[in-house]
Amino acid sequence: MAVLDAKVPSGPLADKWTKHKNEIDLVNPANKRNIDIIVVGTGLAGGSAAATLAELGYNVKTFCYQDSPRRAHSIAAQGGVNAAKNYQGDGDSVYRLFYDTVKGGDYRSREANVYRLAEVSTNIIDQCVAQGVPFAREYGGLLDNRSFGGVLVSRTFYAKGQTGQQLLLGAYAAMNRQIQRGKIKSYTRHEMLDLVLVDGKARGIIARNLVSGEIERHAAHAVVLATGGYGNLFFLSTYCMGANVMAAWKAHKKGAHFANPCFTQIHPTCIPVSGDHQSKLTLMSESLRNDGRIWVPAKKEDAEAIRAGQLKPTEIAEQDRDYYLERRYPAFGNLVPRDVASRAAKERCDAGYGVNKTGEAVYLDFDAAIMRYGREKALTSGMKNPDDVTVRKLGEEVVEAKYGNLFQMYEKIVDQNPYKTPMMIYPAVHYTMGGLWVDYNLMTTIPGCYAGGEANFSDHGANRLGASALMQGLADGYFVLPYTIGDYLSDDIRTGPISSDTPEFDEAEQNVRDRIHKLMSANGLHSVDYYHKKLGKIMWNKCGMARNGKDLKSAIKEIAELRKDFWENVKVTGVADGKNQELEKAGRVADFLELGELFAMDALQRNESCGGHFREEYQTPEGEALRDDDNFKYVAAWEYNGEPSKAKLHKEELTYENIKVKTRSYK
Amino acid sequence: MKIYLKIWRQKNANDKGGMVDYTLDGVESDMSFLEMLDVLNEELIAKGEEPVEFDHDCREGICGTCSLMINGRPHGPDSRITVCQLHMRSFDDGDTIVIEPWRAKAFPVIKDLIVDRTAFDRIQQAGGYISVNTSGRPVDANAIPIEKDAADASFNAATCIGCGACVAACKNASAMLFTSAKVSQFALLPQGQVEAADRVMNMVRQMDLEGFGNCTNTGACEVECPKGISLENIARMNREYLAASVKG
Amino acid sequence: MSGLIKSSLARKYVMALSGLFLVIFLVLHVTINLASVISPDFFNEASHFMGYNPIVQFAMQPILIIGVIVHFVMGFVLEIQNRNARGVGYIKYQGGANASWVSRNMIISGLVVLAFLGLHFYDFWVHEMAYKYVEANPEDPTRYYAETVEKFAPFWRTVIYVVSFVLLSLHLWHGFASSFQSMGVNNKYTPGIKKFAKAFAVVVPLAFAFIAIYHHLNPITH
Repeated sequence: MAVLDAKVPSGPLADKWTKHKNEIDLVNPANKRNIDIIVVGTGLAGGSAAATLAELGYNVKTFCYQDSPRRAHSIAAQGGVNAAKNYQGDGDSVYRLFYDTVKGGDYRSREANVYRLAEVSTNIIDQCVAQGVPFAREYGGLLDNRSFGGVLVSRTFYAKGQTGQQLLLGAYAAMNRQIQRGKIKSYTRHEMLDLVLVDGKARGIIARNLVSGEIERHAAHAVVLATGGYGNLFFLSTYCMGANVMAAWKAHKKGAHFANPCFTQIHPTCIPVSGDHQSKLTLMSESLRNDGRIWVPAKKEDAEAIRAGQLKPTEIAEQDRDYYLERRYPAFGNLVPRDVASRAAKERCDAGYGVNKTGEAVYLDFDAAIMRYGREKALTSGMKNPDDVTVRKLGEEVVEAKYGNLFQMYEKIVDQNPYKTPMMIYPAVHYTMGGLWVDYNLMTTIPGCYAGGEANFSDHGANRLGASALMQGLADGYFVLPYTIGDYLSDDIRTGPISSDTPEFDEAEQNVRDRIHKLMSANGLHSVDYYHKKLGKIMWNKCGMARNGKDLKSAIKEIAELRKDFWENVKVTGVADGKNQELEKAGRVADFLELGELFAMDALQRNESCGGHFREEYQTPEGEALRDDDNFKYVAAWEYNGEPSKAKLHKEELTYENIKVKTRSYK
Repeated sequence: MKIYLKIWRQKNANDKGGMVDYTLDGVESDMSFLEMLDVLNEELIAKGEEPVEFDHDCREGICGTCSLMINGRPHGPDSRITVCQLHMRSFDDGDTIVIEPWRAKAFPVIKDLIVDRTAFDRIQQAGGYISVNTSGRPVDANAIPIEKDAADASFNAATCIGCGACVAACKNASAMLFTSAKVSQFALLPQGQVEAADRVMNMVRQMDLEGFGNCTNTGACEVECPKGISLENIARMNREYLAASVKG
Repeated sequence: MSGLIKSSLARKYVMALSGLFLVIFLVLHVTINLASVISPDFFNEASHFMGYNPIVQFAMQPILIIGVIVHFVMGFVLEIQNRNARGVGYIKYQGGANASWVSRNMIISGLVVLAFLGLHFYDFWVHEMAYKYVEANPEDPTRYYAETVEKFAPFWRTVIYVVSFVLLSLHLWHGFASSFQSMGVNNKYTPGIKKFAKAFAVVVPLAFAFIAIYHHLNPITH
């Protein structure tokens, strides 16, 4: 266990964080001025961490590949951010948020971390409101909440369909204030290509200026990685096009353990694939499941007729529809957690009941909600016995006020009016719970290298609940990392400035240059996207929503072969010393081709089904996930050993002292 | 569909650049506009030519990265969307499509269709924030009730994604809609009042320094804004600035 | 306060305020002119008052001229700055798709009005100055009506005036309402202000044109 010391403080769960904050070493303000910190990634976790570290007095350098820190993909989160404020008085508490998160994660997360997350969640809302984040409010002027999948209380704060953007703009504004003060130096259109270790400690990075192509050295006393998840491994995902694993993977290759890579979240409500040209998938907010009812035809012949274009969904009678979530999970119905909803959709489609021409789609129907809201509205506006047309009209107005922007987005993409005909949805890769292994202080197994937000293996266990990603990113960045990092840096107050003119930097820079040269000088048979799409197909078919040992073994083999082919035959056009998007993509895909193999290995060793990881061999007779707590109640942390196939597995056993481990049931 | 493309190609900031013609076959109406460009790029790569570089990231209309002038209009012919949300069904077989980068002195071209929009960042750095420390202890979020209308108006201003379509559309390349949206977001909230005067003065000063043009109230920005940011924000900024000038 | 002069917003305030000032002047001007159609005697009286009252002559007239100069000079400054702000131009630019022609071409309507003002000054103001100060003629409170009607005898002059009024109308169509926006007025009254401004932009130039045409068609027969 020496390798994986989670450093969880002793004492009662509820006191751990306070106690820890009181006990850790601090750096005095005068010394903070002499300490440099690099933050890679400027999304919610990185942006908030950079701003807070600079506020505290450290000298911060931030790096992002985007043209502005504000564009990180946190911006795309629509639904909301959870916090145990209990403003609704519906029985919410820090413990309940903690409980829901651990249960939602299928008991594969670290208890103390999750409790801390729930504890600081309330500060997030206070902080963001103070920053001017325009959350939705009620007419009384107080903050509004809504509910999300997998929970029984209303604890989600939101800003219409733009919660992520508004929170990120808050963090970005806080960063801007520090940039103006000279405490943050922001490097945009820069990509971290390697982590530099000096005497075993993270002391800097090698970055490429994406505009000029220059390779730059940046030294610091500590490096924070907040570079998001690796869902683009699947090619098609709801991630932004540029999202990549490069920073985390480079850290992994330098000694940071990669934890639970196979824990991937497949989000149930995405717009289905329309063709081979598809470059990305679009998510429809989970909040739609509050009002939409999910169904497929109950009769196979109806499904076939729909796929052939001979039947419309609105022509199917109520009794011929199978509202399968309501049928299987009466307690939670359409609001079951994401992994459960996704798998149920796949089950129906695999059984031949899918709609859409591809057969890979289910309906999300608002008709009942429209009529329900319409009748309510008619009553409150004093109409007696309104006809159906009026009710429908009123109902559509209510639905538009709630989800107008999402409906419009759907119509733009699919060219169908979701007020008149049910939406079609299908699961898509959305989030990765796995990531760099971190201890309670969010430090990786490399001293001085920290990971926050989606980039770490996180607090979500095997499945993340809705509106928890924003919560975790901001909790790590605003309230955890800036303090825990002081514990490490307190030893560095006499170190003085870190030089980048050392053999370690020389070597790292040379490696980066060699790699670029190698990418640019391969045989040039196939484009980068060709390989990325191939990898994505392997991942989706064999490491996707349902996995089995046989497929995983063949995936490992196929990915290794594809990687070899890539390095021999990839075609990267353009030049290395200038803007070159093909080169950028090639570097990212090269890393995915390594991670993919580790991903499959991880899925293969985990002989159980839990959360987003569903092994076909391990299921109940009813098709529910079959967890194996006796043998797999651990975090799988992989140590790099020269190549992915040689990675060594370390286990961090998970212990639950404050929560009873039981079978997750949403029936 | 067969589509004829005229695309601005420019190697780097110092290159003079010019329009290049391409013909693309087999375009499907389900494709997004950027997927159409992906297909073009795959063809170019296959031929050993350099693909067309354009900015894009989220491809769902929220990050504000994509920025193409299509047939003389920012984000193309449809309203209230970004380029990545534009689909080829908005075009017909045989159409010629002219694609250019945003044009403004404050947005120099980096390569092909990519421009440098860091001027927007600098405007925000000049004052687009409320000075509150995370390390401090903010009051409870519900301690300051905010009238729903004000909160909604603030949110509407805050929906700006910073894409720069307003500058690209404006005949004067003015950044007033962008700057005023940020000024408005805070001016409408009680938390933003304390620094309101300094904020508007500093942000406008930076906006002018960047070399954007003056607003002549043509309203083109509002029409082209993918998020429908209203001209009312510009009026509000005019008001705030006047009040701040008189006060200061 | 000093920063105000340098900023783009200040230039807009100057543009808007000088424009609004000129709008007020137009009201006065059109009112007196209408008298020439309704009551030649009142027209003579009013014109004489304007021509010989010292406050009008030595306070209001210079302010008006300064107002005109400021509005035009600032208009040119803005136009030049705005053109420069684009840098490289678009190959294809559909300005008409998102903004009206009038709003995009204030410089054209403005220049036509400026050229017209040259002629107008030459016709009336230069004539007055010469009459009063160069030739030092004695006061004659009855001459204005006849002189005015006389001016509109030539067909070409009437046409130039009418065309200029059309351009003035276009200029006001965007400019009048726009000046409120520049001064920060955009509230629940804005739709009303816009309607009023547009009505003004049509009615006032129409009145001017009517007067010109009326006098052209109704020469004084001795």
